[in-house]
Amino acid sequence: MRKKTQIRYAVSFAALAVLLLLLVFANINSGSVELTVGEIFRILVSREGDTTSCNIVWEIRLPRILAALILGGALSVSGFLLQTFFGNPIAGPFVLGISSGAKFIVALVMIFLLGKGLTAGSGTLIAAAFVGAMISMGFILLVSKRVKKMSILVICGVMIGYICSAVTDFVVTFADDSNIVNLHNWSLGSFSGTSWPDVRVMAAVIAVTLALTFLMSKPIGAYQLGESYARNMGVNIRRFRIALILLSSILSACVTAFAGPISFVGIAVPHLIKTMLKTAKPILLIPGCFLGGAVFCLFCDLIARTVFAPTELSISSVTAVFGAPVVIYMMVRRQSRAL
Amino acid sequence: MNDYYIYTEKMAVGYHGTPLIRDIELRVRRGEILTLIGPNGAGKSTILKSITRQLDLVAGTVYIDRESMSRMTEKAIARKLAVVLTERLRPELMTCEDVVGTGRYPYTGRLGILSAADREKVREAMELVHAQELADCDFSEISDGQRQRVLLARAICQEPEIIVLDEPTSFLDIRHKLELLTILKAMVEQRHVAVVMSLHELDLAQKISDQVVCVHGSTIARYGSPEEIFTSDYIKELYGVTKGSYNAAFGCLELEPAKGAPQVFVIGGNGSGIPVYRRLQRKGIPFAAGVLHENDVDCQVARALAAEVITEKAFCAVTEETYRRALAVMRTCGEVICCVKEFGPGNERNRRLAIEAGCLEV
Repeated sequence: MRKKTQIRYAVSFAALAVLLLLLVFANINSGSVELTVGEIFRILVSREGDTTSCNIVWEIRLPRILAALILGGALSVSGFLLQTFFGNPIAGPFVLGISSGAKFIVALVMIFLLGKGLTAGSGTLIAAAFVGAMISMGFILLVSKRVKKMSILVICGVMIGYICSAVTDFVVTFADDSNIVNLHNWSLGSFSGTSWPDVRVMAAVIAVTLALTFLMSKPIGAYQLGESYARNMGVNIRRFRIALILLSSILSACVTAFAGPISFVGIAVPHLIKTMLKTAKPILLIPGCFLGGAVFCLFCDLIARTVFAPTELSISSVTAVFGAPVVIYMMVRRQSRAL
Repeated sequence: MNDYYIYTEKMAVGYHGTPLIRDIELRVRRGEILTLIGPNGAGKSTILKSITRQLDLVAGTVYIDRESMSRMTEKAIARKLAVVLTERLRPELMTCEDVVGTGRYPYTGRLGILSAADREKVREAMELVHAQELADCDFSEISDGQRQRVLLARAICQEPEIIVLDEPTSFLDIRHKLELLTILKAMVEQRHVAVVMSLHELDLAQKISDQVVCVHGSTIARYGSPEEIFTSDYIKELYGVTKGSYNAAFGCLELEPAKGAPQVFVIGGNGSGIPVYRRLQRKGIPFAAGVLHENDVDCQVARALAAEVITEKAFCAVTEETYRRALAVMRTCGEVICCVKEFGPGNERNRRLAIEAGCLEV
């Protein structure tokens, strides 16, 4: 039995890695400019070849691919953390309104700075997103103290999301500026327009957060048995809960700051990974979710870019198409199991 | 005082700093079982939560191994104290082996990976509760009885010196209740652990506990050996029983007897009367039982169910005077049932009673 599960883990991770590589290539290779595999290799390895192609790959496609990879991974790990925290598989940064809260504050900060003729740096955006995420999170925590039912919590989260989105739209509509087009695109969710400095910042922030999360996999595993048992195993619950909230908020804030709100990745991916690995052990799920989220977002971004090319879809609409059915399936199954 | 492994000093427990129960002084040695009994809502769980640090103490101190628990680190406590709680666990995608394995938490490294030795401990613990065959089953798909056994294995695996269990036998059928408590008792003997638990089943509490604590009102109502606690009168008082009664000798409950003057007279003895008493009680017919020796098993039941019981002193022949009393009562009843087939020498007057009633040929 142990051997069988270990083979399952190995095969699953290998499959995810292969998918990731394939999707990276597919993403480099798709778009308005067609390139051959040989050309891509040459461009990647030695930066040789046609200058335009080289620029397209290095300055446009690669940063975008890396953003999708890093942010997608971060988003699904953030979802996994929230699910552990609330003891419910349908919790996630988007349904709980955390992404929308982050979006709202980021939009406010952007517009405020634009009004003064400044552009917001990535650090400022992350900080703003983090503040927004914490505001939504605080509200959700207040609600969760009063109602224990997850469905009500999710409804509250969705409502917070709507309120934040509505106010954001309102603000965006009335802030007249040429840059608002960008802001509008961003507020729908998109990986486009990512620059190398952005990639460096998000990679640094997310690498550190993920490393910390991974080091917490032992208490997270204990917490899966419930608060009381975790406490009996020697987990300092207060400290643990604060750490979990901070980590998941940083992750989803970072994603929102760069790519806007992206729906359902945080729920669908952890669920798919759990089903694939047949376990919920954090030590496997944290890397698994990261890889899975990267694969999922690369795939969705590929579709967003290519299906109606040259028009681009917002990433959130694509993730919703693939992610929402998974969430519905989970809710129905949970309900039928509870009865 | 010092050979107590876990003891509390002037402990007060409650919620939000408001004491619910004060001056709790529990003392448990290793190898002993202390059971909390008392009516619903009396605060048994609150006490258990407080000594396992799920709840902050309102006042007082809990000592484990002569050290104040509030000064110990979480990890140090985890190595000494394990719990089996009432809350329903539904962990996602965890096999029973995984659940038991979480008991090794205080001993594993930073990432919580189980070593070969840890896995051996898990296997041993599962064997001890006879749950080896469940190792690869999904924890959320096994029965309540199996689940409690697995959770007990989890606690055992933590290698504690004290196990705290909150109503471990609720929701279990009698077979699983007995199994669980047998395993627990074996654990206490083999591993010399101290056990603190709450139980709803008085009969089981009476049989398994070394010490019993009665929780009722704002203090500990009574604290002592099962022999001191389990008297029919005290249990009735503790639980505020108004309908029916509790029989301490058998640890069983009896429903309220039918009210009114006896309509049937039952001549019983040697266990022959019990089925008849029960039948009459079910139908709501008040009856009188006689003449029963005080050491007769029928007497125990008749006292709970009959409107009137005519008894004789243990080991004595039925006297003429008792016979006359029985005869007087029998004459007021419309019907007589004689359950006794053979009358011994000490029971001669019961035979006369039966003849008098026309139940026996002369």
